[in-house]
Amino acid sequence: MSDAAANPGLTHAGARGAAVHHQFEDLEQQHDASSFGMWIFLATEMLFFGGLFTAYIIYRGLYYPGFAAGSHGLDAPFGAAMTFILLISSFTMAMSVHAAREGKRGMLVALLLLTIVLGAAFLGIKFTEYGQKWREHMVPGLNFHPAAEDLRGAPATSVELFLCFYFFMTGLHALHMIIGIGLLSVMAILAWRGKIKPENYDRIEVSGLYWHFVDIIWIFLFPLLYLIGGRYK
Amino acid sequence: MNALSTSLALFLAQWPNLHPPAASVGAERFDRLFFFLTGITLLFTTLIFATIFYFMIKYRRRSEDERPPATKQNLALELTWIVIPALICILVFFWGASLFFANARPPQGSMEILVVGKQWMWHLQHSEGPREINQLHVPVDVPVRLVMTSEDVIHDFAVPAFRIKMDVVPGRYTQEWFQATQVGTYRLFCNQFCGALHSAMDGTVEVMSPTDFAEWLRNNATSQTLIQMGQDLFARLACNTCHLPDGTGSGPALEGVFGKQVRLATGENRVIDEAFLRQSILDPASLPLPNYRPVMPTFRGQVNEEQVLQLIAYIKSLSSAERTPAP
Amino acid sequence: MSTAVAEVPVESRVHYLNASYGIKSWLLTTDHKRIALLYLASITVMFFIGGAAAVMMRLHLIEPAGALLEPETYNKLFTMHGVVMVFFFLIPSIPATLGNFLVPMMIGARDLAFPRLNLLSWYVYMTGAAFTLYALISGGVDTGWTFYTPLSTHYVTTHVIATALGVFITGFSSILTGLNFIVTIHKMRAPGMTWKRMPLFLWAMYATSVIFVLGTPVIAVSMILIGAERLLHVGIFDPALGGDPVLFQHLFWFYSHPAVYIMILPGMGVVSELVTCFSKKKPFGYLFIAYSSLAIALISFFVWGHHMFVSSQSVYAGFIFSALSFAVAIPSAIKVFNWTATLYQGSISYDAPMLYALGFIGLFTMGGLTGLFLATLATDVHLHDTYFVIAHFHYIMVGGAVMAYMGGLHFWWPKITGRLYHDAWARVAAFIIFIGFNLTFFPQYMLGYLGMPRRYAVYPAEFQVLNVMSSAGASILGVGYLIPFIYLLWSIRYGPIAGPNPWGAKGLEWETPSPPPTDNFEEPPIVAEEPYGYAEQERAHV
Repeated sequence: MSDAAANPGLTHAGARGAAVHHQFEDLEQQHDASSFGMWIFLATEMLFFGGLFTAYIIYRGLYYPGFAAGSHGLDAPFGAAMTFILLISSFTMAMSVHAAREGKRGMLVALLLLTIVLGAAFLGIKFTEYGQKWREHMVPGLNFHPAAEDLRGAPATSVELFLCFYFFMTGLHALHMIIGIGLLSVMAILAWRGKIKPENYDRIEVSGLYWHFVDIIWIFLFPLLYLIGGRYK
Repeated sequence: MNALSTSLALFLAQWPNLHPPAASVGAERFDRLFFFLTGITLLFTTLIFATIFYFMIKYRRRSEDERPPATKQNLALELTWIVIPALICILVFFWGASLFFANARPPQGSMEILVVGKQWMWHLQHSEGPREINQLHVPVDVPVRLVMTSEDVIHDFAVPAFRIKMDVVPGRYTQEWFQATQVGTYRLFCNQFCGALHSAMDGTVEVMSPTDFAEWLRNNATSQTLIQMGQDLFARLACNTCHLPDGTGSGPALEGVFGKQVRLATGENRVIDEAFLRQSILDPASLPLPNYRPVMPTFRGQVNEEQVLQLIAYIKSLSSAERTPAP
Repeated sequence: MSTAVAEVPVESRVHYLNASYGIKSWLLTTDHKRIALLYLASITVMFFIGGAAAVMMRLHLIEPAGALLEPETYNKLFTMHGVVMVFFFLIPSIPATLGNFLVPMMIGARDLAFPRLNLLSWYVYMTGAAFTLYALISGGVDTGWTFYTPLSTHYVTTHVIATALGVFITGFSSILTGLNFIVTIHKMRAPGMTWKRMPLFLWAMYATSVIFVLGTPVIAVSMILIGAERLLHVGIFDPALGGDPVLFQHLFWFYSHPAVYIMILPGMGVVSELVTCFSKKKPFGYLFIAYSSLAIALISFFVWGHHMFVSSQSVYAGFIFSALSFAVAIPSAIKVFNWTATLYQGSISYDAPMLYALGFIGLFTMGGLTGLFLATLATDVHLHDTYFVIAHFHYIMVGGAVMAYMGGLHFWWPKITGRLYHDAWARVAAFIIFIGFNLTFFPQYMLGYLGMPRRYAVYPAEFQVLNVMSSAGASILGVGYLIPFIYLLWSIRYGPIAGPNPWGAKGLEWETPSPPPTDNFEEPPIVAEEPYGYAEQERAHV
């Protein structure tokens, strides 16, 4: 059975161009739809993180001393480094979208790989931090036997609650980073094989939207988690 | 056929009285609003059903080639059926809200009953001393305020005859009040799903005449009133070794503190109410006071919710003119 | 218009059902119509599972001391009834079946914007269902579908995490569907189809999709927090560790209230289509109905606290939530009046879909008005968590949403299958369902006012008569639902072949053969006229 008979939509494909999926009329509609779809998805992600942020804000208000103590136990310079790394990675990501639009394959692959490396560096630091918390016995529920100086005078239950939010929010964020790195790896492979052309650069753009969003979530997480109560007395 | 009509008659004879007793001041006010809403519901439902039925018959399709006239939009009609329901809604909203606010504030001087819910029973404590399980004896025509908490999960204390209901939440105090208007026995229910025996957690409220209630109190007198129990506990737990009346102890004096404002070491202002006292007994580290070192130990695990309420009753009594001397 | 075309016997024409054969062509399909049928099969199974739980509950409640079950078992049954019916039947029902099938067709497109995401959403749904059914089979959950803390986090030993995980996963299925619909409706309308030329079903699906996309993530977070609390015992909702059990209620109802509008808005969209077709009239107040859908979706996010008036929530918060709850009732009332007015001077036929639609309007009116009792602060105190609430939401969800679903299924059945079902049986079933439904749930209003609480496995003897009436009604209702199941299945093989437009309806989907070809339209349709052009004298508005 010929392709055309099995899938009547394909008879129109020639008129629309091979890069256009059968449900769309033209490339412009396809790009439009895929960007818009990603924006809607990001809206759902905002609500997803939003639930956690809301719970965090409420408990921070109720248990400020514990939250401040927990926050001081985090390594702010590490956090700043992670923020810096992610900002650079958003820059390389934006540049890669530009390269895709221009059809510059080599630059595209290089920038995607650079973004991935920066993302991996972020995750490396994050998991180092987690390991440090484990060694300090400051992991809620699983391994929580803090030394007195780690509590800094605040009640253990509130510090544990803070760390709960710390691990949840940064963990959820890290999960999104891992998914993002996976996504960009797929894009890098496709780009290496020459499958990304100016006609379908919207894949890179849409990946970029996702990456920037994950970055922005971190921009909020960093001060909320790492910078409570200031650092200098 | 005879069997059918007999069983139908038996069935109908058991038909419940569809109007539950309205045995409190609030219940009568409630019923007026409830029946107004019922009237609105029946009115509009009948209106819609009747109109549909009428149109269904009058405009039934008589032939397949029928072409009905074009739909003429009518803005005036649209606005009418927006404005009128909106006005009804506004009326009902304010009526309900004002009744709700009135019911939220117990009158001054209400008789206080402490309620502790736990899986799956109610403990009720009179200030005169008697304790009841799943039953509450109260006098008629006296406002009664229930101060409630839970030992475990969220419960709910509901008395349909009084039209009252309030969740009973662990870790905090909730309240509701009623003033019974008719002597009688009324059901109380746990009305928030609380586990396996949720439906067994019911009981009764016995509303008695003032003389009968006084007699009941005498027959069920305990050696101590609630305040005395609290005072006893205060001593047994050695609270009095730190909270000296002259304020020279490690903790503040508690005479006259109930109801006052206090500024915590964190800068926050709090009112010393039942919730504050409970928090300071169970989690004192969360309420650091200026001028006092945070040395008070927590009593969580050493006192249950009922004992906390006894202590609170005693501390409250230190703020009032009459004090109960130690036994 | 349609009857002039010669009826080609279905078997020799290629359409979406016979374009390819074999299990892989169904399990790996990206055709929105086949995916709609995959969903139809799944949610029908879930409906009967949830229905079986309900039958057992109503049988048990014939006796005040309980006729059938241990209290623990009863608790598990009402929990599973709620979880299965809400998350696995009602929320996906119309959107994932009728919506998936019709949105591209009504809009004049070949498929949704993201066909592979559409297929993924079905697999996600099935995965979630698998977790939940695992929980059901291995002993059930007994927290109620509302999972209130700290009961669900610290006091039960049943399969809370498996169920919460099932709900969490299935939520993503909704999100993907909603996302797909929003992008499709925004970006893929046929040339000439402006927003105001869309059928009202599409407005309803759009409003529903907005709620899908913005509300579902919050239930996802709530389920994660429940699971984390059970595993780690850190005190998020445990008052002994400083947690707030009522915070869970806020997070839960922030989604679960808009969720009920997810359940009713698509039904309202269906009713708009049915009432217009079967009275051959353009809808009275098209724009009012369309904008009401959007208004309901918007306001629905701000009323969640009306589930919590007696939860120890502040009375001032209650005041605001009550006012907004009245506000959300107004657009629904607008729709009911507009549908009724559409019948005026119409040419009304009594086909089964119309019977369901008219039943919807009446029952939804009663259900909606009883909602006012619950939106009113003072009356809610007495009625909260009683059978009154159960009656209220069943009037809306069963008397409303399920009847609309049945009506829509019957209306578009010829389009979906190419067959006509047995007309007389369909009308009889509609009547049986209507009678059975009212007998089941009307007595429950009275039980609620008398004070009978929800979720009671045993109850005081004076409530027995009303309970027996309700159970009797439930048995009739059950029979009522079985009848369509039988004749609809039967019609697939033995029903008379349907033409493209057996009802003489307006809409792009009726301009295709029944069943439609895989790509819906040979050429993308151009829309040059207003929707619902039933009267020849209709003049096109701009």
